[in-house]
Amino acid sequence: MYELSGVRKVFADGSVALDGISLTVGRGEHVAFIGPSGAGKTTLFRILNLTLRPTAGRLVFEGQDASGLSDAALRRARTRIGTIYQQQNLVGRLRVVHNVLAGNLGRWSTLEAAASLVRPRSAGQAATALERVGIPEKLYARTDELSGGQQQRVAIARVLVQDPDVLLADEPVSSVDPSLAVTIVSLLRDLSHESQKTLLMNLHSVELALHYFPRVVGIRDGRVRFDLAPEKVSGELLAELYAGDRDEEQALERFQDGKNPFGGACRPLPGFGA
Amino acid sequence: MARIPSAAPADRFPASGRRSRFPYLLTAILAASVVYSLRAAQVDPRRFFEGDVLANVARFVRGALPPELSREFLGLMLRPALETVQISVMGTAIAVLIGIPLGLLATSSLTWRGVLHERASRAGRWGLGFVPYALARAALSVFRSIPEYVWAFMFVRAVGLGPFPGVLAIGVAYGGMLGKVYSEILESMNPRPLETLHAAGASRLGVVLYGLVPQALPNVVAYTLYRWECAIRASAILGFVGAGGLGQQIELSMRMFQFNEVLTLLAVLFVLVAAVDFASARIRARLA
Repeated sequence: MYELSGVRKVFADGSVALDGISLTVGRGEHVAFIGPSGAGKTTLFRILNLTLRPTAGRLVFEGQDASGLSDAALRRARTRIGTIYQQQNLVGRLRVVHNVLAGNLGRWSTLEAAASLVRPRSAGQAATALERVGIPEKLYARTDELSGGQQQRVAIARVLVQDPDVLLADEPVSSVDPSLAVTIVSLLRDLSHESQKTLLMNLHSVELALHYFPRVVGIRDGRVRFDLAPEKVSGELLAELYAGDRDEEQALERFQDGKNPFGGACRPLPGFGA
Repeated sequence: MARIPSAAPADRFPASGRRSRFPYLLTAILAASVVYSLRAAQVDPRRFFEGDVLANVARFVRGALPPELSREFLGLMLRPALETVQISVMGTAIAVLIGIPLGLLATSSLTWRGVLHERASRAGRWGLGFVPYALARAALSVFRSIPEYVWAFMFVRAVGLGPFPGVLAIGVAYGGMLGKVYSEILESMNPRPLETLHAAGASRLGVVLYGLVPQALPNVVAYTLYRWECAIRASAILGFVGAGGLGQQIELSMRMFQFNEVLTLLAVLFVLVAAVDFASARIRARLA
């Protein structure tokens, strides 16, 4: 699906977000990315969804070097990549049905897109997607009237309508409460499992990453620190990954003391009590 | 626990902690320009009390009272008043038709600058991006830098007397203002929904329809209504150069020193502007 070699990203202000990332992700794989905030995870996802251009290095998506794609080919490639963001990035003034059907914009002509704003073209499709994320009754609600968790479900419903081959979820649960976080992560996992989509997820929570993903990549200072199966991710590796990040260290300590904020939904880390 | 030295966020983003001198400089420049303009524009309140200034004002006010309220005059003024409204409506409609496409092209975040274009090809960024952007900006500046009064004068020469040149003048001058302000509104909108739509493969117009329009609509409508209020006043002025409406009557009455007629006409204009103000406030409240 993805082949990255030596991907670097330096922003206009001179800050280095990614400093030589090499990584291969196969079709249908589920991978979690963890690391302290500011490690470059979000930037990596914006490169993976073909929004940002790497400063150096190569990004190959589905066998095609992304730097050689024409504008039209880029657009086609983007329709195959669905992204769920930390903030829901929905348009609050639109009704839910339109935010969900916006997943069709890669397929629809401008005329069809405009007509759908007047009279939804496939309200049934939107209703089905909302049913799968558990809020079918919100079809015609105004999006800004929904709670944060409900809006995150709308964003997932939109990606379902888009029906991409790859799902990129950038901290999809950082703004929702722990029990909902478990629901959303498992929902995304199950949905991509059913339709054999590749699933890449940035996670703030080590617990969720280790519990739900067969492959965990640790990122720090724009570099890959480890790329392992969860049972091989040791306490030392995690401590190193988050060293110097006070909030993260505290969370990690609580976690290692067996006070798992996600309760029974996550097993404790191997080698750490409870 | 091994500690790996990490670059703290403060190091990675050099903070501009120093106090900027810019606010002081700006205040000084503004103060200097007011003082300088005060002299140049010959602002001098003492002039009110020199010679027969006050007497002139009194004579003018006395001459205007009472306003001309004869049924005949009012009946005659009905058509010009209506015409003023019609000119403003048509002028604003044309201004919107000019302002929307040029305003979209003049929005840099939509045409060439920012995250939506980071991966665009060079040809796409220039030929379909920067060049139309620059042309649209240039056209909008020309349209709005020439006063509507001058536009009306030129259009009267081109298409003759009557309301039509007034409509064209408002359409072009206000089209320039609307396009500029539309582009500023669009650029100030939250870019995150736009990036999301773009990343899912939406076309540029798709991004506009589902990301920008719903966000910007209340502001765009409010500003357009405000411009319509201005257009009512402007269409009255345009009558002075022969572009129809109440203005033509005001000019006529002034030239014949019929100040009581002028007072009536100004009152009618006031009522029109107040009515439009009321209507637009109601519409804006519904849209918010």
